[in-house]
Amino acid sequence: MWVIGISLIVLAIRKHYEPLLLVPIGFGMVIVNIPMANLMQEGNVLWVFYHFTIERWNILPPLIFLGVGAMTDFGPVIANPKTLLLGAAAQFGVYVTFFGSLLLGFTLQEAASIGIIGGADGPTTIFLTSQLAPQLLGATAVAAYSYMALVPIIQPPIMRLLTTRKERRIRMKQLREVSKAEKIAFPLLVTLIICLLIPSATPLVGMLMVGNLFRECGVVERLSKTAQNELINVVTIFLGLCIGATMPAEIFLREQTLYIFFLGLASFCFSTASGLILAKVMNLFLREKINPLIGAAGVSAVPMASRVAQTVAFKDDKHNFILMQAMGPNIAGTIGTAAAAGLFLTMLLS
Amino acid sequence: MTTIVAPMPGTILEVLIRIGDEVVEDQELLILEAMKMENPICAPCDGRIRELTVREKDTVKTDQVLIVLD
Repeated sequence: MWVIGISLIVLAIRKHYEPLLLVPIGFGMVIVNIPMANLMQEGNVLWVFYHFTIERWNILPPLIFLGVGAMTDFGPVIANPKTLLLGAAAQFGVYVTFFGSLLLGFTLQEAASIGIIGGADGPTTIFLTSQLAPQLLGATAVAAYSYMALVPIIQPPIMRLLTTRKERRIRMKQLREVSKAEKIAFPLLVTLIICLLIPSATPLVGMLMVGNLFRECGVVERLSKTAQNELINVVTIFLGLCIGATMPAEIFLREQTLYIFFLGLASFCFSTASGLILAKVMNLFLREKINPLIGAAGVSAVPMASRVAQTVAFKDDKHNFILMQAMGPNIAGTIGTAAAAGLFLTMLLS
Repeated sequence: MTTIVAPMPGTILEVLIRIGDEVVEDQELLILEAMKMENPICAPCDGRIRELTVREKDTVKTDQVLIVLD
């Protein structure tokens, strides 16, 4: 486990693979496996962090979402609401893997925790897994963050396989200007609609949207800056260490962990493909075509997946810029994954 | 005369040409940073740089004129 933990730290430092999470996770993995230190024994430091912030209150993922909301500009989604569909389509991989995991013998709760990896959203994965299958928390969290970091490697082959050169060269109109009133109304509307439909999604979606409201309303800049900086940084430190602490060798080094990584990868690939395919289907009916590459950005790895869409488009046409258009489904995917998690909680939390 | 505009809002990271330079199609003219990504802005055709309206570190908006080519 020391080797795995140190490997994560090295990857984070040398390759910049999600360093904000993988450095504390890797270190947590190392120190929880020090013999006789018993850091996860009741009353000891990592136990206190984990027990109160995740196991008992599950407060850290919603706080991360508060910070994420304060950092996110939902303008690309508001300017092109069709992209909400692409963000929703990219959740298909979550459900495919859910059923695939059931076939492999995982319980309903474990299957949901594995499937949600396909949403490529670390906090949502942690939020769901800690409630449904806490015994899988370490493996699913590391899988989710690892695949988020590997988006530039995993997605492009799928994108090229499922699109033609002509489709990749589709140019899209630049997005319209979005007014301040629209940006203020958006978080309020989304909260009311999603949370009334899926009340279990409220902790994540509600916090995402209140953070966004802090950003957009313009009258609480101190709160917005704190949410984007100090708050999310403190929460990230605790979250990373807690996740690392859930990985003592006897829990992590099992055959089951390999299945989780494999299924998580499958989930992520299916999510990428489903967003792409829906964009192609939509093009059968739309006069103004969508570049299907932006469908692949419906996974929630913001803004990495958008950058990958732009990189792949640029290879076929040096004058094609779809980065901002790809941000639409990319951001919508965050909402979609949180909603998917809420659905699982509604159906499976006993 | 060809006008090259910013395809998205961002910051000019690097200017690779000067007024008077002859450029060819697809040659990189400047680097626009957006979403922490470096986006090369390339020449749409052969030409000569007639006008350069931005400098490094300038913030630009979508459709803002960057370069005019003869």
